Amino acid sequence: MTETPRELTVTSSPHLAGEDSVPRIMHGVWLALLPAAFAAVFVFGYQALVVLLLATLGCVIAEGLMLTLRGFSWKAVGRSLTDGSAIVTGVLLALNLPASSPWWLVLVGALVAMSLGKHLFGGLGNNPFNPALVARVFLLISFPTHMVASAYTPPVAGFGESSEKAAARYEEQVDARSYATPLTALQEAIEKSDPEEARAAIAELRRNYPMWHLFVGNIGGSLGEVSALALLLGALLLFWRRSITWHIPIPLLLAVLLTTGLPWLLAPDSFANPLFHLLSGGLLLGAFFMATDMVTSPVSPRGMVVFGVGIGVITAVIRLWGGYPEGISFAILMMNGAVPLLDKYFKPAKFGAAGRRT
Amino acid sequence: MRRTFARGGVHPPQRKELTSGVAISSPAPPAIVTIPLHQSIGAPARAIVKAREEVACGQLIAEPGGFISAPVHASVSGKVKRIAAFPTSIGPSVECIQIESDGQDTWVPDVNLGASECTAALAKSPEDLLATLAGAGLVGLGGAAFPTAVKLRPPPGGKVDTLLLNGAECEPYLTADHRLMIEEAPGIIAGLRVLMRVLGIERAVIGIEDNKPDAVETMRAAVDEIGGVSVEVCCTAYPQGAEKQLIQAILGREVPSGKLPLQVGVVVQNVATAFAAFEAVVRHKPLIERVVTVSGGAVAEPKNLRVRIGTSLEDLVAHCGGVRGELGKLIMGGPMMGKALKSFDIPVVKATSGVLLMDEVEAAQVDEQACLRCGRCVQVCPQGLMPCDLAAMANHGRLEGFGDGADCVECGCCQFICPAGRRLVHSIRFGKSDYRRLKAAEKRQGA
Repeated sequence: MTETPRELTVTSSPHLAGEDSVPRIMHGVWLALLPAAFAAVFVFGYQALVVLLLATLGCVIAEGLMLTLRGFSWKAVGRSLTDGSAIVTGVLLALNLPASSPWWLVLVGALVAMSLGKHLFGGLGNNPFNPALVARVFLLISFPTHMVASAYTPPVAGFGESSEKAAARYEEQVDARSYATPLTALQEAIEKSDPEEARAAIAELRRNYPMWHLFVGNIGGSLGEVSALALLLGALLLFWRRSITWHIPIPLLLAVLLTTGLPWLLAPDSFANPLFHLLSGGLLLGAFFMATDMVTSPVSPRGMVVFGVGIGVITAVIRLWGGYPEGISFAILMMNGAVPLLDKYFKPAKFGAAGRRT
Repeated sequence: MRRTFARGGVHPPQRKELTSGVAISSPAPPAIVTIPLHQSIGAPARAIVKAREEVACGQLIAEPGGFISAPVHASVSGKVKRIAAFPTSIGPSVECIQIESDGQDTWVPDVNLGASECTAALAKSPEDLLATLAGAGLVGLGGAAFPTAVKLRPPPGGKVDTLLLNGAECEPYLTADHRLMIEEAPGIIAGLRVLMRVLGIERAVIGIEDNKPDAVETMRAAVDEIGGVSVEVCCTAYPQGAEKQLIQAILGREVPSGKLPLQVGVVVQNVATAFAAFEAVVRHKPLIERVVTVSGGAVAEPKNLRVRIGTSLEDLVAHCGGVRGELGKLIMGGPMMGKALKSFDIPVVKATSGVLLMDEVEAAQVDEQACLRCGRCVQVCPQGLMPCDLAAMANHGRLEGFGDGADCVECGCCQFICPAGRRLVHSIRFGKSDYRRLKAAEKRQGA
């Protein structure tokens, strides 16, 4: 003990660190997206797989490119590339695209996500908007012909049915009216000026899209819009790993249920029921995987609840009365912009602020 | 019923099993002690002995240097070697009295180390008892080292109804209070009664975390006969032992932000402080030793040691079989709030509850990355603050909105949970001092 010990580490407290890390969280998120990705490949075939791989690879390469352009050392670039955040953006981007997306569309999306969406603001942790959604909305506005539902690839298979039966069912769902997704069909129905026709369209919608098919994913849509079941499985994984809390997704979904449920209660024949809204489109993907993006959501729990409610209400309003069949992407981006305000006005209650004495 | 504080908190690995079963041992007094004059919150004490002077164990060697201050006593008998500045855990250069032991361990007269009968002592007036506690140099032994006598003297108008005895010991690794409760329960209870008499109150609650069922049992047995005193069990959660959190957990009262527990009629004392009060009043023994947990992956035999104040960490570790394997970090205190030291040439002080020798794995540094804004620091902050934002303000020198930072108790929950390895507490500490300076400057300008 008399010899001088070797150099001791001196840091300020605390001297213990929890086990969670950025890579553990990020890799967990894309792992949780795998059920939805598998469902997409099952429903849409190899085309979906190509989109998934292209988007992921594209995002990783674009991330590396951006970091290099920003002058980071090789070591820093390597560390960022392995932290899993680019993979998450890649998989999310793919799930936001139709299986019919041409290769260049996917790559443009990847580049936009990483440049405009992320590194223009300073990279991981600093981007105000969800990068995958920035790319999706960019593509939707720039290349509408590739991004509208009528351009979508039809599903090639369904869960719990033979491929022939799936094809026949899809014929019925699509060819009869040339609407590719439940939400486009709904939009067409509620936009009918004649109330009789509208009611007929809603009834047909109900026949064509039984809840079971919506739930397992026997429907058209972008890759991540099909299987509610697969998304819920992934969400459970995120909850179990404590990567997300209830504060954003649950108020969000309740807000959608309430906002879509009210008109439905008043006129059940003219509106789709709230469960239909819950299971169709990108709602579940958005609620559990994109609204919960840590970087672009509030840090205060109360702020998170308001954030979730805001997204839910805006989504429902766009679906019911907006020009687009689906509103979740816009809703999330809008509320992303409100995050600094939410964090400012919905701070947690400070200990002792109430000064209660019981 | 299991109680806990209302919000936040974390569950760091406990690692108390290293020492929780090891009975307190009392090694022979060291050959030399280095006793800092500044061991408590408040003003440093003033030396009243000179170099080469002979002192007895327990002799007063430094007087309080102000209202908030505590006297200091010789912890061995022998000769004052010198009075000079030494590196300590409080600062790199603190005035200390160094005493060379004569090996006799001669105590000042009227110390009765074997006494345990407290009836006579409890019959004394509260004023006498308070004077005894003040004269014995008692400070809070939980780690904050606030002079006990000052805390027991509520300002006029302050009304105290409950004494809360803190036996939570929520810091990982530390078991000194745990062992003390098992081995010295009657003494702690006697000390508790002294404190209650000083405060003139009839009610006291002892709060213990549920990871110490044996301590709960012995303490319950010890309070059996005394009315008004109860033992309450609270959940094992960090920082359960933080003053305001424990008051909330046990008594359900929320101390207002920026105020003292007094505001809600409570005084909190550590169990070790109560034991020291017993020793001061019944045994006439000033605070010259305390129980220290020596633990961690890099110490050969983790132990709980009763050691003299001023014992060097080198001597302390030698009593535990020395360093084993690669030492990464040396910490005085617990791993969540303790201080990392760069040398063993540092004395044990009144506030030293533990000395941890962390091996390389325990001391491993996490890479610091950009804040993800995951908000976990906000969720675990027991004070209801937004640590990520406070740290960012401190780092960027934008301190206008830093006011809430004053409520930070530096418990370390935020940094513990941070997946990006941000040094949040470090930043907030700087922010707090910068903010104080900014406010002081504004005040000067305004005046």
